[in-house]
Amino acid sequence: MSLIPEKPPFKLLDILYKKEFILFVVLVSILIINSNISPYFLDLYNLIDSTFLFSEKAIIALTMTFVIIARQIDLSVASIIAVSSVVLGYTTSLGYDTWLVLLLTLFSGALCGAFNGAIITKFAIPSIIVTIGTMSLFRGLAYSFLEDSYYNKFPKLVGKLGGGYLFGYIPYAFLTFILLAFVFAFILHKTSIGKKIYSIGNNPDAAQYTGIAVDKYTFVLFTLNGLFSAIAAIFLSGRLSSVRPNIAFGWELEIITMVVLGGVYIYGGSGSILGVVISIFILGMLSFGLGLLNVPGVGIIIFTGLLLILSIGFPSFVRTLRRKNE
Amino acid sequence: MKKILLNRDFILFSIILIILIAVGFANPLFVTPKSISDVLTDTSILIILALSQMIVILIRAIDLSVASNLALSGMLISLLSTVHPELPVYYFIALSCVIGTILGVLNGISIAILKVPFIVTTLGTLSIYRGLIYFVSDGKQVYSNEFSEDFLALIHVKFLSLSFLFWLAVVVFIVIYVLLNHTRFGRNLYSLGGNPDAAKYIGINENKYIIMAYSLSGFFAGLCGYLWVARYSVASTQIAIGFELTVISACVVGGISVMGGVGTVLGCVLGALLIGLIRNALPAVDISQFWQLAISGAIILLAIIINTKTEQRKEKTIMVKN
Repeated sequence: MSLIPEKPPFKLLDILYKKEFILFVVLVSILIINSNISPYFLDLYNLIDSTFLFSEKAIIALTMTFVIIARQIDLSVASIIAVSSVVLGYTTSLGYDTWLVLLLTLFSGALCGAFNGAIITKFAIPSIIVTIGTMSLFRGLAYSFLEDSYYNKFPKLVGKLGGGYLFGYIPYAFLTFILLAFVFAFILHKTSIGKKIYSIGNNPDAAQYTGIAVDKYTFVLFTLNGLFSAIAAIFLSGRLSSVRPNIAFGWELEIITMVVLGGVYIYGGSGSILGVVISIFILGMLSFGLGLLNVPGVGIIIFTGLLLILSIGFPSFVRTLRRKNE
Repeated sequence: MKKILLNRDFILFSIILIILIAVGFANPLFVTPKSISDVLTDTSILIILALSQMIVILIRAIDLSVASNLALSGMLISLLSTVHPELPVYYFIALSCVIGTILGVLNGISIAILKVPFIVTTLGTLSIYRGLIYFVSDGKQVYSNEFSEDFLALIHVKFLSLSFLFWLAVVVFIVIYVLLNHTRFGRNLYSLGGNPDAAKYIGINENKYIIMAYSLSGFFAGLCGYLWVARYSVASTQIAIGFELTVISACVVGGISVMGGVGTVLGCVLGALLIGLIRNALPAVDISQFWQLAISGAIILLAIIINTKTEQRKEKTIMVKN
């Protein structure tokens, strides 16, 4: 860091203290450690294929970032995936055209999200409790419709989207995630919509007084989260080429981990898309690397949980200690 | 009289009675003493966990890790019992409670001292504790023939033709009722949940109460770890997966406000009973088990909407929302 002495030191420290920078350092060290441990890690094809493990979750993490910054949370996303996948399978079995199948799938997701948004805003109930309820309700609807059977026929396009590559290299799911990440970063950091979402998260009452339609924003964010769960459902169903009602079970926690590890404050008001994107890569590369080392999925679960708690606990603990010393 | 009729707990009790009568008409076998005592036994673990979750919800927090805690404590004592079947059952129960309490204290420390928000902490420990079960058991199950007879016998003891589980739930109910309504600890929990700032000004040590609430939640999760393993006589990595949501639903249906400081011990038990009753009644009226999840979800939503409606009527809002 001494390479740039012309910059005033306090600015240098500012960069060092930025969450995104710390996350970036973590990501780079994971990449270095992984490539030293396993010779298969730095293989381009392997790396590209590893994105299949997280792209679908990452797409939902983008809208979840908006939801959490606006001081809400959505635990029902994985259940919405189940509903939308069932709609996808059912409409295909009815012999509808591909475009109509996709449209109805997306619509089902948005509808579920809108249902969340409507209850949360209409009755002013905390979103954590509403979405715990709809998490059971949506998953239950998928179960009661499909019971113990499954769908394994989808339009050709869906299979191609889920498992295919653009120009033979870039998986469609990953490409969609990257493109959407740019769009969402632009909206959040460069438009007035983004500023309003931050102010809603910082102080909803104050935001209300300054004339921001808080309820309208909340409703739209939940609808969007449902819509993106449906997009993920299309990619996931295409990749797995089989849909059971327990599809994507437990994903809501993994997605929230992605967002929170990316430095988004769980009580709203702060965070950035860049941080979330880096944290998605950290988690993705971590589980890919551990997988190459034959560490079972359990090790990854424990590690993710520890990372989540320590990434928030450690900085705040240091802060408390420093305050005591002063 | 009118006050009694509008009382939440009374309404909940009436709903339970109505469901019982309605199901009884459809299937008379469901309302025999034997069948009702089965429902009570089946709901006992839910009642105990809902009561301990209530303590945490009262101070505006939630413990999402209870089911993982239960499963980990249960697995650890099961593994021990396969190695040392000669130990008395009380030893296992005590050990399970101790393990559960330690796991609960860890939650409390993370929240109170490390200042990691409760959702993040308990989401994290939900994964960590669940992951540790695979780690200690190597992914294997402990089957019923591997437990000692003593280990499984206690759960089948009956008193007045009601099960040990039921009587234990009654004891826990009385203990928590006294704790919350007749001790300083209980009053302080309510005031911390009702108005944390005011509670701090009058000298209540918030951190101490957070750690105590989570260790109590952990203690009962540990206790239920033994109960669960002994009742189903199997310990696996999958036991009680997702049960934390059922527990929270029971509290919410029972009128414990997630905004903190509101709710009665009796209401909490009635909430758990209602959920237990519905789970057991669905097969009795020939509703497919696949509908169970959707119906529970719908009931939770209905209950919270009714809760909020009655709560909001009491306070006047100054600002009109658009």
